[in-house]
Amino acid sequence: MSVRIYVPGDSAALSVGAEQVASAIAREARQRSLDIQLTRNGSRGLFWLEPLVEVETAQGRLAYGPIEPGDVVSLFDAGFVSGGAHPKAFGRIENIPYLANQQRMIFARCGVTDPLSIEDYRWHGGLKGLARALEIGPRPTIEEVLASGLRGRGGAGFPTGIKWRTVAGVEADQKYIVCNADEGDSGTFADRMLMEGDPFTLIEGMTIAALAVGATKGFVYIRSEYPHAFRMFEAAIEKARKAAVLGPRILGSNHAFDIEARLGAGAYICGEETSLLESLEGRRGQVRAKPPLPAIQGLFGKPTVINNVLSFASTPWILQHGGKAYAEYGMGRSRGTQPFQLAGNVRYGGLVELALGATIRRLVEDFGGGTKSGRKLRAVQVGGPLGSYFPDSLLDTPLDYEAMLAAKGMLGHGGIVVFDDSVDLARQARFAFEFCAKESCGKCTPCRIGSTRGVETVDKIIAGVNHGANLELLRDLCAVLTDGSLCALGGLTPMPVISALDNFSEDFALRAAPIAAE
Amino acid sequence: MKGCAPWDAEAAARIIEEHRGRQGAALPILRALQECFGYVDKAAVPMIADALNVSKAEIHGIITFYHDFRAAPVDGDVLKLCRAESCQAMGCEDLVAHLAAEHRIVADQHSPGATLRVETVYCLGNCALSPAALLNGDPVGRLNRSRIDSIVHDASGGA
Repeated sequence: MSVRIYVPGDSAALSVGAEQVASAIAREARQRSLDIQLTRNGSRGLFWLEPLVEVETAQGRLAYGPIEPGDVVSLFDAGFVSGGAHPKAFGRIENIPYLANQQRMIFARCGVTDPLSIEDYRWHGGLKGLARALEIGPRPTIEEVLASGLRGRGGAGFPTGIKWRTVAGVEADQKYIVCNADEGDSGTFADRMLMEGDPFTLIEGMTIAALAVGATKGFVYIRSEYPHAFRMFEAAIEKARKAAVLGPRILGSNHAFDIEARLGAGAYICGEETSLLESLEGRRGQVRAKPPLPAIQGLFGKPTVINNVLSFASTPWILQHGGKAYAEYGMGRSRGTQPFQLAGNVRYGGLVELALGATIRRLVEDFGGGTKSGRKLRAVQVGGPLGSYFPDSLLDTPLDYEAMLAAKGMLGHGGIVVFDDSVDLARQARFAFEFCAKESCGKCTPCRIGSTRGVETVDKIIAGVNHGANLELLRDLCAVLTDGSLCALGGLTPMPVISALDNFSEDFALRAAPIAAE
Repeated sequence: MKGCAPWDAEAAARIIEEHRGRQGAALPILRALQECFGYVDKAAVPMIADALNVSKAEIHGIITFYHDFRAAPVDGDVLKLCRAESCQAMGCEDLVAHLAAEHRIVADQHSPGATLRVETVYCLGNCALSPAALLNGDPVGRLNRSRIDSIVHDASGGA
């Protein structure tokens, strides 16, 4: 009987040699005349173990990692195909605490299945949510999403059900579903992992949305920094069409829906929804003023549901198990789960899906195991490049939309980046402005010009030029950016800056003898 | 980049024709041109403008707005090095300094004689394996000085 061996085809795994490991395993099996079936699964999100090889045995799926091509011969010598002992063996994958202690809903299948096999997807519970949406019809589908309490996982936290209900309520000859897969907040990788590791979940979620609001065409706008995810997703669309998950008759019904994947062109701002719509329409990705809301006048002026990858990907579970079951997870007004992404200077970086409300400390310490360098942890940035820097004393803040806001931060996309004590927060504040200056679409003056002035002002503070006055000016500038920008880039660039100033003021202190102003 | 065709107006016209009917065709056309030639030649601007019935200024504006579109072909390899927060926390700036000091390759600049071009990107979604990069489109993770050295070495044909 053939043995099924899994080597991830996820681009993170590929970045550390998964391809070479896969070919070494295939070669070694041939030489030993072993009948193996090599499956390229997604990543489990336990990145310190990548490349993570799994083998299906009588005891379940057993994990070995991190495997280098040079380890492959010893794996076969140890009889890993039947679960043999090896220094890099971790036993049953599900029993690894990092995975066992998670609440995986969106990522339940990621790393488990062959990402491009519809049969695998169905076997693991896929398409049940879509089947139920077809059965109950649009209005009850929206009711389920409303009952779930799901809020936009891109960062804004707007209730998804309300967005869908708005689009459903508008009369139009054409409506669109747009998936924002360009919310490329640095420090996040859940969107990419899902598109590579379980793309059908996103396709199913978008199709549920299409049925709910009466849309027939969908676009997925994928950032160009994810070339592999783009290719995987295009392949998945093709498979979904063949299996009638997409096309003129979804799952044999009379409903039509199709998806087109579009590749971005390296503009961070296109993760902002109106800028993304501009880009899809074939223009510079410049932010639009709202209203009109995209739900009323979105893509090509038509009513459009625009949601993040993770928001869409949450809906198959919600439809399958019911909105009420989903709402049992989470805290306060933050219901359900969030795939947190643990990165930066952390020992065990990876994807951790948990009910909203877990503390930053639980993520960074219990899952992350502290810094990778072994030095003292100094700062944790939560929520991407526009998120706040938290010191150790604030790590007990729960990761929930309101609690993060109260702590002058934001949940963003669930990215958590750890820094050790070598970090200089004044430099990080400078970088926040520098990034804003590079990525500003140019529409609003405070963002376009203020960001450059911000870089200069931080430079003066670091150099000790007119120190006190420039510190004051910096806060003033931040207030102008916050109040005078249309979108989150200009509006939230002050967040990392002010949090650095408030929580790490020592990094902005006078370093040398003061220099008088010219 | 390696493997790109030299500029050819007829081939460009065919590419434009193939995509012009798509919704919001400008980006798909520009992407396809860059895919084929490795950059977007100036000569393509009036061709696209004509096909989409918009002004040349508009097409120029689109090309210059997006970081991905190049105005000239690149010889040799391209390393897109992530310099966002997670990679900063794992020392990407040290790698940038190392490239400049040891290999005379300055990020985002034309470095005479270099067979490797290093470009700054912000996040490749490989943050748990920082510092991360894309080498000619292929992902590389857990970068360090010695891996950078071997990338530079391989780019120069191992000489």
